Amino acid sequence: MTTSNKAEWPLWEVFIRSKAGLDHKHAGSLHAADAEMAIENARDVYTRRMEGVSIWVVESKYIHASDPGESESLYDPANDKVYRHPTFYNLPDELKHM
Amino acid sequence: MSQTTDLIKYTLQIADNALVLGHRLSEWCGHGPILEQDIAITNIALDHLGQARSLYQYAAELFNNLPLVEKNDLFASAVLQQKINAEEPLDEDDLAYLRDGWDFRNVQLVEQPNKDWAYTVARSFFYDSFNFHFYTALQNSADKTLAAIAEKSLKEVAYHLRWSSEWVVRLGDGTAESHERMQTAINDYWMYTGELVTMSEADTAALNTGNGVAATALKQKWDEQVNAVLQEATLARPEDGWMQQGGKDGRHTEHLGYILAELQFMQRAYPNMEW
Amino acid sequence: MTVHSFEQHFEDKIDNEISIEPRDWMPDDYRKTLIRQISQHAHSEIVGMLPEGNWITRAPSLRRKAVLLAKVQDEGGHGLYLYSAAETLGISRDEMLEQLHSGKAKYSSIFNYPSLTWADMGAIGWLVDGAAIMNQVPLCRTSYGPYARAMVRVCKEESFHQRQGFEIMLTLSKGTEVQKKLAQDALNRWWWPSIMMFGPSDDNSPNTEKSMRWRIKRFTNDELRQKFIDVTVEQTKILGLEVPDKDLKWNEERGHYDFGKINWDEFWNVVKGNGPCNKQRLETRKKAWEDGAWVRDAAMAHAEKRKNKKAAKAA
Repeated sequence: MTTSNKAEWPLWEVFIRSKAGLDHKHAGSLHAADAEMAIENARDVYTRRMEGVSIWVVESKYIHASDPGESESLYDPANDKVYRHPTFYNLPDELKHM
Repeated sequence: MSQTTDLIKYTLQIADNALVLGHRLSEWCGHGPILEQDIAITNIALDHLGQARSLYQYAAELFNNLPLVEKNDLFASAVLQQKINAEEPLDEDDLAYLRDGWDFRNVQLVEQPNKDWAYTVARSFFYDSFNFHFYTALQNSADKTLAAIAEKSLKEVAYHLRWSSEWVVRLGDGTAESHERMQTAINDYWMYTGELVTMSEADTAALNTGNGVAATALKQKWDEQVNAVLQEATLARPEDGWMQQGGKDGRHTEHLGYILAELQFMQRAYPNMEW
Repeated sequence: MTVHSFEQHFEDKIDNEISIEPRDWMPDDYRKTLIRQISQHAHSEIVGMLPEGNWITRAPSLRRKAVLLAKVQDEGGHGLYLYSAAETLGISRDEMLEQLHSGKAKYSSIFNYPSLTWADMGAIGWLVDGAAIMNQVPLCRTSYGPYARAMVRVCKEESFHQRQGFEIMLTLSKGTEVQKKLAQDALNRWWWPSIMMFGPSDDNSPNTEKSMRWRIKRFTNDELRQKFIDVTVEQTKILGLEVPDKDLKWNEERGHYDFGKINWDEFWNVVKGNGPCNKQRLETRKKAWEDGAWVRDAAMAHAEKRKNKKAAKAA
């Protein structure tokens, strides 16, 4: 009986562009020995139903996340800046495709 | 023998390779070394199975349009003979489930057992290295259906080749244990590689009508592919030596019989039913 | 913030149906319960590959073979999504597998029953996946974000599973006499284990109340079981098959089917390891994992070598 004494394959985060013109979106994670394998595994695991046209992978340990405890200082100011949101602008109904 | 029967035999040769290899790979489902690769190898099995189905459907269509005399000559199995005499049309399942081993035309390589990950990878790598160049050439077949199937399959096969080549390199240039296992697998299955690039009667007939591919002409490309990967994997290429032959003409290793016993069990125990 | 206010903040989120995310503060007990539930669920998916995997090489037609293969593969995918969700809680997949292999972690006991005929592929898809979906759909709104997102993906893919199962049963029940017999036999063997899949009845399920409060669970075992029976009995009529429960009767007053007594003795025995296939399933999983050790090690060693080569080149 041989039991692995080595480390587990690293964890990767997978981001998928579901169709041309859209942003990559976090799809999930998986294990792979290296980046190439991570991309191939992502293809096999997360695009079995033609869900993607482009794949990004990044080793999970390189993801830096914001501290949820600070979420008020990070996100609340944006609540004031309604001009960032398209619905802020009153435009005539006749105007299309904007 | 008419041109159509030759074409049927040729189509079955390709289809049987796909079915038998797909069957072997599907045996890994649920037993892979890690979940991600369990899923990957099953995807490849599904690709092969899909290719087999397209090819069987085409072979069945060709078969059903044959005159009765020619139909009677093609397959030895008693169940198929009965169907043919009752003038029932055949479908993909009849071809997969009702022929006996001597009517199967796959190369002996693909029926070899999985054993371990190294043997499985070696078998796929040898086959994919051939299959990639084979389908590339088959895109130019005078037969429009075969050309179309080749074109569609090629994208899948390119990925198979990438997958198996990478694993040969990983195992060859991994740990001392994996290196040894990979080398052993390469050595053991080497004698089944010659048949891939040897012309069978069906190969020659298909080549003469412009439907098929010159298997012998693929030898050089196969060598280049295999040598490059083995080198990167720090593995030794075995001497070419004596090669096993016969699968394409229906002479198989003992393994095929067991594959068929399992594959065909339901159709044999409960014949003539819809599933 | 004090621990007390952390807890208050957490409780507020739960009350307001706001997702808890990996880096949010959460009570230890919440984390532990989630790890146990999600990993159990993941284990069920990968052990669940085995009874159906049995029939991949024996499927009766090429189409059925392809569908079954894709289905079992999906289950592997579901296991993977769920392990990933659990990993966000600070446990590694290797640790979870270790718990499975040592017998410490449980998985759904239904997979300790054998798949004996082709009709079992129909019954498993229809009943077992059907029961699983009842459990899983509410979990798409569970309080823990990664779990909920994994479940959305699982449920989306799972719907084809139940359909293919029912289609197999339908084909059999419309087939020859012997095919009908196969279908009925499979229903007879899988009905009660499927009913038991929802777990012990509510008065014997001590964790239910807390789990409901945390939205890790959204309906009680008995509620889901009743719903499953009500739906499934109607489907059985379409198949023209008979539910193996002589006490099954529509109760006008309750608006539900009454059903017979569940053999809890059998249930607990299978949970404890005395089911027909407990040993076999676990050994199969362990063998796959142990046989794969040198493969996983080789891939890591090779990745390491390549990294070093690249670094040497860059230097």
